Amino acid sequence: MTDSPLLEVEKLQVAFSTRHGVVEALHGVDLALTAGETLGVVGESGSGKSVTSLAVMRLLDRAGRITGGRVLFRSRDISRAAPADLRALRGSVISMIFQNPRAALNPIRTVEQQIVDVLSAHGRLEAGAGRRQALDLLRAVLIRDPEARLSAYPHELSGGMCQRIMIAMAIACEPALLIADEPTTGLDVTTQQTVMELLSRLQKERGMAVILITHDLGLAARWCNRIVVMEAGRVVEQGETGALFKEPAHAYTRRLVAASPTRHSTLADLAPDAPPVVPVRREHKPGTPPLLELVRIVKSFGGPSRAVDDVSFRIPPGGALGLVGESGSGKSTLSRMVCRLLDPDDGDIVFEGESIARVPAREFHKSPRRGDIQIVFQDPNDSLNPRYTAFDSIAHPLRRLEKLRDGAVLATRVRDAANRAGLPLDLLERFPHQLSGGQKARVGIARAIAPRPKLMILDEPTAALDVSVQAVILQLLDRLRREEGIGLLFVSHDLNVVRMLCEDLVVLRAGEIVEAGPSRDIFQKPQRAYTRALLDAVPYFDPQRLMRPQALSA
Amino acid sequence: MSVVSFLSSRHAGIGRHVLYVLRSNPVTAVAAVGAAALLFIALFGPLMVPYDPLASDVPIALQAPSAEHWAGTDQLGRDILSRLLWATRLDLAIALSAVGLSFAVGAVIGGFCGYVGGRLDRWVGRFVDVLMAFPLFVLAMAMVAALGNRVENIVVATAVINLPFYIRFARAEVNVRRNAGWVEASRACGDSHLSVVLRVLLPNVLPAMAVQISLNLGWAILNAAGLSFIGLGVTPPTPEWGIMVAEGARFITTGKWWLVSFPGIGLMLTVLCFNLLGDGLRDILDPNMRT
Repeated sequence: MTDSPLLEVEKLQVAFSTRHGVVEALHGVDLALTAGETLGVVGESGSGKSVTSLAVMRLLDRAGRITGGRVLFRSRDISRAAPADLRALRGSVISMIFQNPRAALNPIRTVEQQIVDVLSAHGRLEAGAGRRQALDLLRAVLIRDPEARLSAYPHELSGGMCQRIMIAMAIACEPALLIADEPTTGLDVTTQQTVMELLSRLQKERGMAVILITHDLGLAARWCNRIVVMEAGRVVEQGETGALFKEPAHAYTRRLVAASPTRHSTLADLAPDAPPVVPVRREHKPGTPPLLELVRIVKSFGGPSRAVDDVSFRIPPGGALGLVGESGSGKSTLSRMVCRLLDPDDGDIVFEGESIARVPAREFHKSPRRGDIQIVFQDPNDSLNPRYTAFDSIAHPLRRLEKLRDGAVLATRVRDAANRAGLPLDLLERFPHQLSGGQKARVGIARAIAPRPKLMILDEPTAALDVSVQAVILQLLDRLRREEGIGLLFVSHDLNVVRMLCEDLVVLRAGEIVEAGPSRDIFQKPQRAYTRALLDAVPYFDPQRLMRPQALSA
Repeated sequence: MSVVSFLSSRHAGIGRHVLYVLRSNPVTAVAAVGAAALLFIALFGPLMVPYDPLASDVPIALQAPSAEHWAGTDQLGRDILSRLLWATRLDLAIALSAVGLSFAVGAVIGGFCGYVGGRLDRWVGRFVDVLMAFPLFVLAMAMVAALGNRVENIVVATAVINLPFYIRFARAEVNVRRNAGWVEASRACGDSHLSVVLRVLLPNVLPAMAVQISLNLGWAILNAAGLSFIGLGVTPPTPEWGIMVAEGARFITTGKWWLVSFPGIGLMLTVLCFNLLGDGLRDILDPNMRT
């Protein structure tokens, strides 16, 4: 390979025609990539990083088009190439893997058929050898038991395996460039790590160049040689990974770096501009019962193993407990039971000394305790009724639980909740699709705090948010807890985030408690191998670790 | 911001949205104008007709369209235009109440099936399958024949044969949404399962069902006219499009084209109008289309 770049993007401009006229998404993006290099494109949602990759692949939807600039691939301008030339390029010389591997695979074709399809579309299929070629590819992506997987359908495979198969299809024609758009978002942390290790190994074996698009600075820092930081359709900064993160020049990069949790950061570090929290001293008499106590909770959905198996823990009044585990660990089931949306098979849930498990979940909406236990859901996009404005969403619990009618009292209560959640009042009449992810998260929090609960269940409330928004939301939750004394049950897969918010930690695996105790102790001296594996897999943003990037070793 | 101004600003938003949908989609605008005209005729038509639709005047029977009788006269000398305008009220009333009935019943049944699932869903599903296995028009004929030639029975028969579509549609639409975060959130906000279905889920499937409702209106009108055409619906001399077509059909061979053409054109335009309205109605009802 010569030194001339494999891919050069010059002053790329992309515009989308919308109902409000033409909106420019990229305002002249420049980037370059040499063969065999890993380039990280980082930025928050809306920064144009995905649009850039789609424009390079010429996969923009009908509303979008390239309005200026060039995309040179091996010194040839592909931004104006004919559709037939592009088809030959796509999937063979340049290929792409997507965020949601399950959605990107065809649900009605087997793994073997899909891999063979890719090979034959680009004339790489050797007669009679399709099965062998597919098997080789599955071996290359280190899938367990590859012979059996050949005849599997996507729904029979886990998310991590689906992503491996996507990677197998992407490398089937030995591409020179692989674009990975958030390849590990939505996967468990331990799976994330193995998928990234696989990608970096394949890259070295095959000498591919990789563009890694991610919102996760930790991930980019760990696996990329060079970083491009994007904000609002522009490249604000680019450079060699170590140097860039060590001394970020641009204010936006500095803000991103500050908001990314490291092993030692506290909530105050993440968003330095936030006003200080004034904790309210709450007197608790020695005889006060715990806010919440779970006694030997068991839940099974009829499968061979129990979803939740003999789980007990307690939260003191105003306390915060983190419930950590990977998907399938039973943490969501547990949170639904505590929120009384689901009935446990056995065991008891005691809230302020009163057993609330005896009221079935079906009847719990009538219980006077309904307003005391509220929940904030994982995906803010999914947790607001599309027909409700922000005002209606926040007013919903007040209308139902306190029977408030439309009027001044309701409006005051809604505005008060919005204020406490930091939601600007002029957004109250908007529908969910007119709000950003962070704003929707605030509506969800405002709705939960509107009936003045004593316990708030947080089901991965920041998992779908950008880091800077995450930092602000975490601080908000911490403030609500310290200033209003709301107890928190924080459910998450991200140990590092939990550590900052909660003094106690429960690690769950397959429905059972692996380890429980004060966060600090577990974090510093994990007793169990599983906890250690979880801790190691979290891609911390850690400037120390940048100095010896794993992407170059191995 | 007071509550009043808050509410009025929301209504202003809806008005703007309706205007936007109509402007960006001229076909919908034409259909909306047509539907409005039909409703106007249904409400006020009987007040503006030039002649009594039931008064026969045999000496002037079977006259071609003229300045006095714009659409001509029929075999009993009745003014066709007057009968046509009168009939709009009855035909629209039958169609609207039949579709309203099957929508209300079907959406609730389907909504519960989709939300609850399990045994209820299976039993209702099989019942719907059985219902759909009948030729639907024949089923409607049988019901009207058994229950009697009355307007209520035409409405019920038309509603019953439309019911399976609404049940299936509502079931499918509710089923994909029942595990959404906002459904669980409304339970945490104090909604019972009942109110989750009726007050949270069903309003959300309304935009998708609007298309079905609109298409169905045209279909229901054809169905009612069809029943009358074969003599199983509204009975003469009541003016009704189906009867008018049926009576006029006898004279088409002798070149008296106006007896059948005008009610036929009326039917066709009405059905076309409702068919075209559907997409626009969905866009208006869907909050995601607003900006």
